[in-house]
Amino acid sequence: MKILVCISNVPDTTTKITFTDNNTQFNTNGVQFILNPYDEIALARAIELTDGGIGSVTVINVGEVNTEATIRKALAIGAADAVRINAKPHDAWFVAFQIAQYIKTNPFDLVLTGRESIDYNGSKVAGMLGELLGLPSVSIIKKLDLEGDHAIVEREIEGGKEVLTIPLPFVAGTAEGVAEPKIPNMRGIMSARTKPLSVIEPVEVKTFSEVISFETPAPRGQVKIIPATDPGQLVALLHTEAKII
Amino acid sequence: MSVLIYTENADGKFKKSIFEAVSYARTIADNNDTNLVAISIGEVNAEELASLGKYGVEKVLNVSNEKLKNFVNQAYASVIAAAAKKESADIVVLSNSFSGRGLAPRIGVKLEAGVADGAVSLPDQDGGKFKVKKTAFSGKAFAIVELTSVKKVISLTPNSYKIIEQNSTTLVEDFVAETEPSDFKAMIKEIVRSADKVSLPDADIVVSGGRGLKGPENWGMIEELADVLGAALACSKPVSDAGWRPHSEHVGQTGIAVSPNLYIAIGISGAIQHLAGVSSSKVIVVINKDPDAPFFKVADYGIVGDAFEVVPKLIKAIKEYKASA
Ligand SMILES: Cc1cc2nc3c(=O)[nH]c(=O)nc-3n(C[C@H](O)[C@H](O)[C@H](O)COP(=O)(O)OP(=O)(O)OC[C@H]3O[C@@H](n4cnc5c(N)ncnc54)[C@H](O)[C@@H]3O)c2cc1C
Ligand SMILES: Nc1ncnc2c1ncn2[C@@H]1O[C@H](COP(=O)(O)O)[C@@H](O)[C@H]1O
Repeated sequence: MKILVCISNVPDTTTKITFTDNNTQFNTNGVQFILNPYDEIALARAIELTDGGIGSVTVINVGEVNTEATIRKALAIGAADAVRINAKPHDAWFVAFQIAQYIKTNPFDLVLTGRESIDYNGSKVAGMLGELLGLPSVSIIKKLDLEGDHAIVEREIEGGKEVLTIPLPFVAGTAEGVAEPKIPNMRGIMSARTKPLSVIEPVEVKTFSEVISFETPAPRGQVKIIPATDPGQLVALLHTEAKII
Repeated sequence: MSVLIYTENADGKFKKSIFEAVSYARTIADNNDTNLVAISIGEVNAEELASLGKYGVEKVLNVSNEKLKNFVNQAYASVIAAAAKKESADIVVLSNSFSGRGLAPRIGVKLEAGVADGAVSLPDQDGGKFKVKKTAFSGKAFAIVELTSVKKVISLTPNSYKIIEQNSTTLVEDFVAETEPSDFKAMIKEIVRSADKVSLPDADIVVSGGRGLKGPENWGMIEELADVLGAALACSKPVSDAGWRPHSEHVGQTGIAVSPNLYIAIGISGAIQHLAGVSSSKVIVVINKDPDAPFFKVADYGIVGDAFEVVPKLIKAIKEYKASA
């Protein structure tokens, strides 16, 4: 059982998001980068599924050398080895194309991503990988169990869920519920330093999208405080002012 | 060229978010002097299909095939891409629903199209460019993405474009698309619907509870408030982590992102990760006993008080308002 987990390097969840150069660049000054929280879930489940020596987990990242701290963290959590494709992750298509190229010569039984990266929130890499590899893909899963040569996964749908049976190999993007993130222990941290991390160069690919600039949401006006003794005033305001009820 | 809109159905019916996406696609078609074609897959009756005309669809390609009755990501992507080719559609629009999120990237690859996921407004086509605004950094910002490919796939965030009705009719045409056996590898075993409740991603009003509510036994008043408002239920992450509420109700950076017309947060502090998923709500109401709770800084209306006293009073006030309206 060989599982590939795609990991991205994203700003910490507490980051205050600001931009520079006339709102064209994300301001990384003072920002701490972390392993994307959804990828932590994918990694945790991959480790559980290969527990007891029945398989191994490889992590892959498309990124420049500064993502290596995050890659080492994934190794400390329990991945056996890592691959870094040495390129700036231009967009989801670029990332998926590079990873698909790698998988074509290095096949896996299961490929996991997070449901989305918390910076660009695309939810695209899993589906694109599936299409590029001709494999089934499920973009947002809440549960993943293996039964021999196939898996049972649960997918969220509006107002419910769907249970699917999918033969291996396939691609899935994990969300909460699939596993609890694992915290690296001392032994993991020590061994992470010596686990193999191979760096490969990207292949040429045309790109279809470009982030031009950013905007920050318009600030809300001053909050109107309504006395706790009279929530009726709130109902009136929601009717007359906000025109919602 | 034309614009193709995938009109996803839920049990044979189109939801509000689909009419929003149709109206959005119609406006894009108008701005490009072209026609709007819809593709519907699954069992949708003639009357429901015809209703798409009301929002400016000129033709509906109807795919009704036993094998495609339920959503199969790969097969649906093949059918939609085939329809785009048949109609020479340069722009394909979908709703950014759970299924839409599975389809958009696959269709993008099939058509060699740039994909703008989670668009929140019309594309800006000034100067021959094609720029789409989408949420980024989990709702903390927007990114303007230029699609440089000839073909484009756009998925629209629900509740971000108004429904526009027009006085037109539509033509329904049967459409048979080639699918491969390998498109059907993933098989649905079971569909479980929580039938009685309003679905969170679609809801106009969301009532959300946090750790301030102390325990799952206190959700009765939250459910009642949601009930009188016709709202969906949500919660903060610690609440679903503790098992007080199901994970499917967890909103925020690592949960579901919502943008309802009204979001009512009760006993939630307003941590940055929570705000990330709810800050694009049109109107935010916060009920919290701590006047310094960060949530008040991003709220439109606030009540500083004990939820256990405020919420029952609020329910009573809404009931009185409804009775008098
Ligand atoms: C990587 C990461 C991802 C995260 N993702 C998310 C996410 O997606 N969504 C999310 O919600 N959180 C997320 N969090 C957690 C987040 O940081 C907060 O811990 C969480 O949102 C707090 O939940 P809460 O407001 O319900 O609880 P608390 O912070 O404990 O706040 C409870 C509030 O209730 C108020 N209160 C108490 N009693 C009453 C009463 N009787 N009446 C009225 N008010 C009362 C208190 O004043 C307080 O403000 C994430 C954290 C991390 C590190
Ligand atoms: N640069 C990257 N390298 C490797 N995997 C990535 C990268 N960017 C995104 N991913 C994976 O794709 C998932 C979805 O990302 P996105 O489509 O950008 O929302 C993430 O959770 C990761 O698992």
